[in-house]
Amino acid sequence: MGMRRYSAFAVAREAARYHQGWARAWDSPAPKAHYDVIVIGAGGHGLATAYYLGKTHGVKNVAVIEKGWLGGGNTGRNTTIIRSNYLQDPSAALYEKARSLYETLSQDLNYNIMFSPRGVIMLAQTEHEVRGWKRTAQANALQGIPTEFIGPRRVKELVPIMNIHGPRYPVLGGLWQARGGTARHDAVAWGLARACSAMGMDIIQNCEVTAIRSEGGQVKGIETTKGAISCGKLAIVVAGHSGVLAEMAGFRLPIESVALQALVSEPIKPCMDVVVMANTVHGYMSQSDKGEMVIGGGADGFNNYTQRGSFQHVEETVRALCETFPIISRLKMLRQWGGIVDMTGDRSPILSKTPLGNCFINCGWGTGGFKAIPGSGWAMAQLVAKGEPGPLAAAFGLERFREGRFIDESVAAGVAH
Amino acid sequence: MLSLRCPYCGVEAEETELAPGGEAHLVRQGPGSSDEDFETYLFLRENPKGVHFERWRHAHGCGKWFHAARCTVTLEVFGTYSAQVSAPPEDILAAIDARRPGWRREGPR
Ligand SMILES: Cc1cc2nc3c(=O)[nH]c(=O)nc-3n(C[C@H](O)[C@H](O)[C@H](O)COP(=O)(O)OP(=O)(O)OC[C@H]3O[C@@H](n4cnc5c(N)ncnc54)[C@H](O)[C@@H]3O)c2cc1C
Ligand SMILES: [Zn+2]
Repeated sequence: MGMRRYSAFAVAREAARYHQGWARAWDSPAPKAHYDVIVIGAGGHGLATAYYLGKTHGVKNVAVIEKGWLGGGNTGRNTTIIRSNYLQDPSAALYEKARSLYETLSQDLNYNIMFSPRGVIMLAQTEHEVRGWKRTAQANALQGIPTEFIGPRRVKELVPIMNIHGPRYPVLGGLWQARGGTARHDAVAWGLARACSAMGMDIIQNCEVTAIRSEGGQVKGIETTKGAISCGKLAIVVAGHSGVLAEMAGFRLPIESVALQALVSEPIKPCMDVVVMANTVHGYMSQSDKGEMVIGGGADGFNNYTQRGSFQHVEETVRALCETFPIISRLKMLRQWGGIVDMTGDRSPILSKTPLGNCFINCGWGTGGFKAIPGSGWAMAQLVAKGEPGPLAAAFGLERFREGRFIDESVAAGVAH
Repeated sequence: MLSLRCPYCGVEAEETELAPGGEAHLVRQGPGSSDEDFETYLFLRENPKGVHFERWRHAHGCGKWFHAARCTVTLEVFGTYSAQVSAPPEDILAAIDARRPGWRREGPR
């Protein structure tokens, strides 16, 4: 499909003809019999993998197969926090690559993803956290990622609605990343889908992968609810369903799927123009462009595939946040939802070859992979195109669990965001 | 909200009274085991979309560990049983058979 560019001129042109001329943003073709690469999962990571396969590596005979609708998994369910202030070098490199790609993604895709680098504070509410965030700020300085430990007065200046003298959770400071922020999650999926479709790739929705075919240890294709499709290479990018697909491919993963929830309030006037995360109490909050307070909490501790929220989590999260943000105590909450996140033992993702030849996997982003979408897709495309991981993905192979080379981010990512 | 019956004190306990403990019946490894054994024991998980055997602790009750058989899709509980066994007992398997005919998979172990 030839893509018509979006521009101020296009808006004027369409306004003059009652908006009758807008084309569909992407095609919905029937699957072909064969593709060079099949990506399973049209979430942000799957779509970004396809996008950079075409853009950077010239691989365009690609299909993205999605069992539901594109962006309907965690990509459309998250609280959109983007930051790169991780502790370990391999994570900082990968998340910073993603954050910097986000800065120009709207121009790249010709689609407004509403990236808003409004700044992210991670509160320190115990002495332990003060020490932890100071250490992270030092690590970030060595990694070349600008972050800063700030005191309670500066926190209060940035977030006037915050009560920093709470009796249970006083604010002792915070880790501030001025270039972190948020983006519109659906737009990220839609913009990538439109760009993939424009390169001639097929995005096939409402098509569930039910089996993976192999021969002599090499992947040959997939069975789907729309028939069998063969492929040269296969990329599994299905977040919470990684275990299900890995079983089809004949291997096991160091992953457990659990529910993570979020909620939004009724819209109110602008009152908070940064993102605040409070890891001690497992709560984080930002204000959307519509004025809703977007609130996220902790993940469930038990295996779960039901994309639903539960009452006690809302209570727990909101109870804790009310002390730090007294003004939210009278807010009505509008919606609550859940997503199934894929948790690894070291809280770091997996970008890896698998025991099945020409089959690659990208998963384990758990509670925090929205921020990583463009960087992950960029690194995954390289892995799929070349068959070997490049420098960004090299440390994130599956073998690290056997070899004891963990990338321990339980401090940076142990809480959900 | 999920609720499980503690097989020790008999209390029908709600989720907030319990602490989840992950996959059940893992085979513990020790000195002399291979890297693969340790990888399996420490990290690799069944993570099924369906019947799951798991450990729970009645944390805010009698404090004891026990086992549960549960469906991860519907949250249906098939039964709870003693922590002192290394495989699910027959009555639990029968309860699952009754609700999920043909559920037993030959998945990778
Ligand atoms: C409540 C919540 C809040 C979050 N907050 C943040 C945050 O603030 N910041 C952040 O960085 N991250 C956050 N995350 C995490 C982030 O959403 C995920 O890490 C990220 O979106 C994962 O993207 P993905 O493309 O890997 O997965 P998904 O978007 O889930 O896409 C996977 C796709 O695979 C499809 N699929 C599964 N099985 C099959 C099959 N058999 N056949 C075909 N298709 C299949 C699914 O339908 C799905 O669309 C949050 C997550 C949740 C749930
Ligand atoms: Zn008990």
